[in-house]
Amino acid sequence: MNTRASVQPRAGHLFAPNSASRVRRNGAYWLQAWLPKLVLAPSVAAALFFVYGFMLWTFVLSLTNSRMLPSYEFVGFAQYARLLSNDRWLVASTNLVIFGALFIAICLAIGIVLAILLDQRIRHEGAIRTIYLYPMALSFIVTGVAWKWILNPGLGIQQVVRDWGWESFTFDWLVNPDMAVYTLVIAGVWQASGFVMALFLAGLRAVDDSIIKAAQLDGASLPRIYWRVVLPCLRPVLFSAVMILAHIAIKSFDLVVALTGGGPGYASDLPATFMYDFSFSRSQIGMGAASAMMMLAGVLAIIVPYLYSELRSRDRG
Amino acid sequence: MDNVIRVQTPGALLARGGIYAALIFMAVVYLAPLLVMLLTSVKTLEDIRAGNLLSLPREITFQPWLHAWSEACTGIRCEGIGGYVWNSVQIVVPAVVISTAIGALNGYALTKWRFKGQEWVFGMLLFGCFIPFQVILLPMAQTLGWLGLGSTTTGLVLVHVVYGIAFTTLFFRNYYVNVPDELIAAAKLDGAGFFRIFLRILLPVSTPIIVVTVIWQFTQVWNDFLFGVAYSSHETQPVTVALNNVVNSTTGVREYNVDMAAAMIAALPTLLVYVLAGKYFVRGLTAGSVKG
Repeated sequence: MNTRASVQPRAGHLFAPNSASRVRRNGAYWLQAWLPKLVLAPSVAAALFFVYGFMLWTFVLSLTNSRMLPSYEFVGFAQYARLLSNDRWLVASTNLVIFGALFIAICLAIGIVLAILLDQRIRHEGAIRTIYLYPMALSFIVTGVAWKWILNPGLGIQQVVRDWGWESFTFDWLVNPDMAVYTLVIAGVWQASGFVMALFLAGLRAVDDSIIKAAQLDGASLPRIYWRVVLPCLRPVLFSAVMILAHIAIKSFDLVVALTGGGPGYASDLPATFMYDFSFSRSQIGMGAASAMMMLAGVLAIIVPYLYSELRSRDRG
Repeated sequence: MDNVIRVQTPGALLARGGIYAALIFMAVVYLAPLLVMLLTSVKTLEDIRAGNLLSLPREITFQPWLHAWSEACTGIRCEGIGGYVWNSVQIVVPAVVISTAIGALNGYALTKWRFKGQEWVFGMLLFGCFIPFQVILLPMAQTLGWLGLGSTTTGLVLVHVVYGIAFTTLFFRNYYVNVPDELIAAAKLDGAGFFRIFLRILLPVSTPIIVVTVIWQFTQVWNDFLFGVAYSSHETQPVTVALNNVVNSTTGVREYNVDMAAAMIAALPTLLVYVLAGKYFVRGLTAGSVKG
């Protein structure tokens, strides 16, 4: 690394036969030194304005009593107080905990098991992998539309099972306020579990074979080797997967809109749909901004420890 | 490669059969929704009402597809989603091209030219990957209004470029880090400048990462719903928003076959890309997670 740093700045001074060309070279040198920064400048400016500036702006809005239009009459943290005592917000954040926990846990379970099974020198592995992963290429809107049709009690799965002869079979989660949030889990797992499989399969392939051979020589059974030896090596992959899934869960908006519309009533609302509804449909910009800040806080609570551990492990490695 | 059951005892054979059975069962589970969509989209409404999800159609009809393309109602208007597919194309193409180009230059400047605060710049750009977009939704709405870009295609392109740069920069940076520095150092000694080095040395070896980035951005922008629904009007909305309107518009009889045909139309471009270039799609998905 140091060699590179020392070669570059000297390049301009290597040949300097007369002063005129030295001036020209210095000019060119100056430009070359600044070009990387100039190239990055628009992106940095955009990030400062559109990411950091807007976050600050949203925070400011969350301290005002803005309704249909942004106003800058400050009311302190009143919007947060209103938010936390709002029943719909409580439902939405409870739903996020339920949805997030189940979505992450089930995706991980299915993804890890499939990755291990696929790692057993399976024929047509490529084709099978393609099938497991294709839902990830779809829009959550398409996923929602498809599952809305499959889960609808009139003509969907319920009818299929009844036609098979189980007449009293009932599967009405989509229209049942207590169960609607679980339909989000079903559709979300269908979409994202293949992705977890891909992550873990890549991780499994990177595990050093000699560790496994050593364990086999010790007479350990295959499931035991995976559980005790291989999976512990994949802790970083697990970490990444959890972080990405949690991120998807917190941002889930389109899936709710297309699958349940947040209903019945607001039984399957998530913070993302709450934020959109209050900001754009109900003219409660102040409260919408407050809910957005709460979502940001949620994401940061997950990301910061992750980044911290990433940086620390890189320092060690 | 010895982490595999090799011994051909009856028990091992049974285990192997079980593994295949489980894998095939799951493949069916993953495929089922797509097949059900396809099946439903070629049934007549009578067939749908008479049977269930899995019943085969008595006659196959492509009428729902035509209807979805040119006649289905999205709210008050009934012009199908064909026009909205075109809207999506108009948003996706410039957004993908611009964000990829910027990402490539950023990644190059961040890895092949040393300057102070470089890691900081990368870190502050990278943070854009992690924010929930709800936190920028309101200020962006107002800014687009001020710029005169509210409810325009250009506005949506701008939004997708601005928030895509974080990802494209990450992809290119992680790729260029692994390009050997010797070549670049030699070119610098020969007096080659910033852009010449990029065009002559980096760009020729960038094909894989360009494909990964283009596919990633294409999928992201095509599948976007949040920005589309927040910043577009009836004339400019992308196909995901139109699809949602078709399915959730409450006027008239529920035409499930048309809904499914519309969903298939909206899904086809990204599915096609996935089938044709699945390897690169997976790389994009894992790029952000495996390397930081």
